Formats: sequence, structure tokens, C-alpha cells
Amino acid sequence: MTTSRLRGSLVTAVTWVLVLAFFFPVAWMVFTAFKPESQAATMPPTFAPDFTLDRFETVFSRNMLPYLINSLSASLGSTLLVLALAVPAAYALSIRPIVNVRDALFFFISTRFMPVAASIIPVYLLLQSVGGLDNVTWLTILYIGVNLPIAVWMMRSFLAEVPRELIEAAQLDGARLGTEIFRVVLPIVLPGVAAAGLICFIFAWNEFFLANLLTAQVARTTPPFLTSFVDGRGQFLSVLSAASTVAIVPVVAAGWIAQKQLVRGLAMGAIK
Amino acid sequence: MMLTTKVRRKAVPAGFAAGALALALTGCAGAGGGGGGTEEGGTVELTLATVNNPQMKDMEELKSAFEEDHPDIKVNFIQMEENDLRDAVTKDVATNGGQYDIVTVGSYEVPIWAENGWLADLTQDLESDAEYDVDDLFEPVRDALTLDDSLYAVPFYGESSMLMYNKELFDEAGLTMPDRPTWQQVADYARQLDSDTVDGICLRGKPGWGEVFAPLTTVVQTFGGTWFDESWDAQVDSPEFTEAVQFYVDLVKDAGEADPVSTGFTECLNNVSQGRSAMWVDATVAAGLLEDPESSDVAGKMGYAHAPVVETEESGWLWSWNLAVPETTQNREAAVEFVKWATSKEYHELVGNELGWSRVPPGARNSTYEIGEYQEAAAAFAPITRDIMLAVNPEQPGVAPQPWTGIQYVTIPEFQDLGNQVSQDLADVFAGRSELGPVLERAQRLAQEAGDAQK
Repeated sequence: MTTSRLRGSLVTAVTWVLVLAFFFPVAWMVFTAFKPESQAATMPPTFAPDFTLDRFETVFSRNMLPYLINSLSASLGSTLLVLALAVPAAYALSIRPIVNVRDALFFFISTRFMPVAASIIPVYLLLQSVGGLDNVTWLTILYIGVNLPIAVWMMRSFLAEVPRELIEAAQLDGARLGTEIFRVVLPIVLPGVAAAGLICFIFAWNEFFLANLLTAQVARTTPPFLTSFVDGRGQFLSVLSAASTVAIVPVVAAGWIAQKQLVRGLAMGAIK
Repeated sequence: MMLTTKVRRKAVPAGFAAGALALALTGCAGAGGGGGGTEEGGTVELTLATVNNPQMKDMEELKSAFEEDHPDIKVNFIQMEENDLRDAVTKDVATNGGQYDIVTVGSYEVPIWAENGWLADLTQDLESDAEYDVDDLFEPVRDALTLDDSLYAVPFYGESSMLMYNKELFDEAGLTMPDRPTWQQVADYARQLDSDTVDGICLRGKPGWGEVFAPLTTVVQTFGGTWFDESWDAQVDSPEFTEAVQFYVDLVKDAGEADPVSTGFTECLNNVSQGRSAMWVDATVAAGLLEDPESSDVAGKMGYAHAPVVETEESGWLWSWNLAVPETTQNREAAVEFVKWATSKEYHELVGNELGWSRVPPGARNSTYEIGEYQEAAAAFAPITRDIMLAVNPEQPGVAPQPWTGIQYVTIPEFQDLGNQVSQDLADVFAGRSELGPVLERAQRLAQEAGDAQK
């Protein structure tokens, strides 16, 4: 009894240590955003700085809004389309399996094998030839391509957990394919959809490499905008922290909204 | 039955809404300003890709003065981190992307890009305009931007390197810094001043050809070493190169910052401006930041001397951020007009009057140093900056002749990769994980491959 209580306390303590270890850098970034530049990197660190909102003023004076809108368009647009494609695809790979399921699954994931850096020149030239450079629609299409395999794999594992008896019961009641997917299966795996959606959204929101190289002005997203605060000849930690703090707000909000579904999604085994 | 009800409420509308919203959201080019090279109502929109240095931010702040004088031209700035800018602009100009009308290019890239045919030759545009006074641009800087007598970029701001020291700490220790110290003197002072609370010196150790190898290459040169001899044979394992690097590593380990591998310009700036380092050898532009009482605790307490030497007269580097016009622009005329404005005497006057004289871009024009207000505002460091910038020799910075023009870098495309790889290995030496000998042996092999490509 004592041993198990001790073990429980130990697990709780370790969990808290891990939570704080993960949360501390983010909290420190937010804290630094309110410091004057000269107090941002002092040694020992300043815990009682002269709090200021000047850095946020600098960030917004650089007109961050278009970059946030571009990020939101590309992230939300690609996430919704990825889910719209991934759910039927995963359905055909788990509940009503097509022939050669393993090959199809392998094909999906194989598109992620090559590092994106290795394909950037062909992608760039292709986009250039179709006038797709510096264009949010094309960036969204690329994000769909990048995130689709992950979403298909995730959705497939969630769908595989749906009890077959439930589907058979619906079929016995005369449900057709559409009814079967949208009215029977989808509500059960909604937490899984939320989990896959949130992961795709975060990946797209944070994507830097393609956004930096394929956009210039009109379609530039938030991550490349953030690095523009890095000043090779000056102090920039506070202003960069302020810009990053603004940039994480949508992701935190998305996580907050999806939290309830997400927890269920991550523990999908419970629906058995 | 329960299931059906749930679905009607949630899943079906979500499915349709997903597609509709996604299409609506992405059915546009983007939310940013107008694209470069487009013309709307007769207005030419220029896209300028630049690093985010303070001088560039000032340029963006003042661009409205240019736009007022040129109502048919609008300039959009894209600021990027230095390495991101290199990646983005290299890719754009190399593939004729045409996304940028004006680019900020470092002095290392200008001759290489010019040779590749990526940059417009600006010689005629600049020389034909007497008011622009191209001869007023610092000659060593201009030389570094010239290929076959043609000027492919103009300096927006330039810098050399020098020794900055905390006079208060020197006075307390009873030490006097000569105007032209040797590295041995500097090392002795650093070891004397080093204590638990103050580092004797701050020197870059962060990996990167433009990080640790900017100061370190100047040290190698003044010790008599070089990356390549005149025949492009690598000299990295020569006794002079080895001695210089060993000296640098030992000095940092004995009297430098605690974590050299993560220390670059900004980290040293923080250390010195908070009084935690007694000396610093780095870009001359740092002096302006150290003398700013808003961000520095040592304003008014700093002294400045020529970069330390061993066998050469001078050991300062030479770097400039320059404005260039890619060959791929559709708006060459408007782009050149802006480049001329942003690097003109008139612009320097504008910065002085609007933003303050200490913010005038240094190291580009001789005439800047003759402006009374600038001399007064930058009295602590302007004269020495000018002396060093005019004295350094990018044709032969070291003891022996070299087959390229440039001081702290080798002006060949392979140098970025070479410098980056060797500096990564050097980080292991700083961290005590490797010995210098094997690191330089490998560096010699890599350098020879790069050298062979030039033969």
C-alpha cells in the first residue's frame, strides 16, 4: 500500500517536473517579451525587470496582421481539406479495405521519406512555371500534400478501433455508405478527427522551410516573419519573444478548443 | 437513434463546412501587400529583400520620403534573418524567380553573384550621375564590390573590426591600452583582467563561416597564415594557421566567455554592454550600440583601438551590406532610382535630421565623416572607424599575396560550406571533445578540394 502510494507520488512528481520543463521555455519567452531589450539577456537573469509593452508595439508597427492572416488561411484551409480527404481515404484503408491496403498505406507514408529540402528545387521550378510562387493557395496545396499522409495514417488507426458490430448493425438497418460514414462512424471517431486536425494545423502553422523559400511578400506567413526580428548587429531577444508570443496565440487557442476532444482522441482505445 | 441525432448536429455540417471554408480561405493569393514587379494604376511596386539590421529598419522608416518624391514608385520591404535572406535570394536569382527587385547582398556574395550574371551592372547608372558622387564611396568597400571594373552593388553601410575595451576596468587594474595593440598584449591583458565576475575578453566561438571565422580569419592572417596560397593550394595545416587557431582557442578558454560555442556578435554585445567582459574584438558598428545609454551600461566608459596585430600593419576585416539589383527584375529603372537614393549623401542627411546623427549608416561614404553633427555624435568611434576602413587592404590582408579579394572570407562559393564545416569541428575543440591537430588535418583536406575547384 505504502509502496504503491509512494510510486503514485513519484509518478505525479515526475509528471510535474516534465510539465514544468516543457512549459518553462514558453513561460520565459512570454516573460521576456515584456522586458526592455537591455534586460532581456542579463546574467544573472532579471526577474523584476521594468515591464514594458514597447516590444509589442514594435511588432504591431511592423504590421503583423497580413502574416497572421496568411498563416491562418494556409493552416486552416489545408487542415480542413486534409481531413475532408483523409477520412474517406482512411475509411477505404480500414473499414472497407481496398485491395493491396498495405501497399497503399506504404505509398502514403513513403511520400514523407524524402527530406523536403531534397525536393525544394523541383517544387520551386514547378511553382514558378505555373505562377504559383508567393501564393497562399499553392502553399495550402503543398501543406495538404505534406500533411495528408499523417492524417490518413492517424485516421486509419482511429477507424480501426470502431467496433465492426456497430457498422454491421447500421447496415442491417439499411444504411448506405454515406450514412454509414457520416452518421455512424464519424461521430464515434470525432475525437480522432480533432486530434489529427490539430496536429495538421500545428504542423502547417509552424512550417518554415517552404514558406520561407516559396513566398516573398503577398503570401508570406508568420514563421518567416518571426525570424526577420533576428538582428545580426543588435539586441533582439525581447522583440523576438513578443512576436513569438503573438504568433503562438492561435495555436494555443486551437489547442484549447480541441482540448476536450483531443484527450478523448489520444485515448481512443476507450471506445472499445 | 441516439447516434443519428448526434450526427445530424455535428458531423455532416462539419464535413461540408470544411470544404467550403477551406476553399474560401485559400481562394486568394495572400494577405500581404502588392507583389513586387506588378504595376497598379501606373505605380511600380518594388520588393526589397533585406536583413533586419538597425540601419535597414531606419531605411524602411524613411522610405516615405522617397515615395513622396517618386509618387509612381512604392517600395515594399521584406526583412529576413541573414541566413534566410541568403537562402531565399540565392534561390530566387539563381532560378530567375524575379520575386525581388532590390536585394541586400553581403560583400562576400557580390563578386560571386556578379560573375554568375545574377546582378545588374550599375556602373553606368552611378557614374553618369555627378550628384551621386560614386567616388565618395569608401574605396576598399567599392573594390570588394567590383568585378572586371564594373560595380555590381553599392554599400548601404560598411564596417571593419576593432578592439573595444572597458576603460573603467583597465583603469582599476592600472593597465593602458595602446592605440595599436598586438595580440600578445591583448592576451596578457585579458588573462590579467579575467576574474569570477568579469571575462578578460569576448571573442566569437559560434560555428559559422560568418561567425567564428570572421574574427578568426583575421587572426590567422596577422599571424602570417592564410586559407590558400596564390596557386589555390590549401594552407590550413600550415604552422602559422595552426598557431593562430591554437592562440585563439587558448585565449578564449583561459580568459574568454564561459560558453564560446554559443557566443556570436549579439552575445558578446550583451556581455560587454553589461560590463561582464573587459575587451571585445568585433565589428566597428558595435561601438554605436555600446555608446547608447538606453541599452548599454558602459556608455561613455569604452575605449577603442585598432584590431590587434602580429605581423601585419592592420588586422581589421571589411564587410558591407550592399544594395544590388537582380538581373531578373522587371523594374530595373525604378529599382536603380531607389538604390541611388538610399545610398546617397542626401539620404545620410535625411537620417541625421530625422532620426539622429548617430544613426547615419557608417562605413559607406567619406563625406559622412566630414559632417560636423556626425563627428560630434559619433566622436568616440567615428574617427577610428574611418581610419581602419581606409587602411585595410582586401587585396592582401595577410603577409603573403592571395588570389582573391576579401579579408575575413575567401570569395569562392565553396567557402560558405568549408567555413561552416571547419567551424563545426572547431566547436568540438572549444568544448574539449577534439584536439586541434586532427581538426585542421580534416580542414586541410576540405580546403584542398575547394581550392582544386578554382584551379
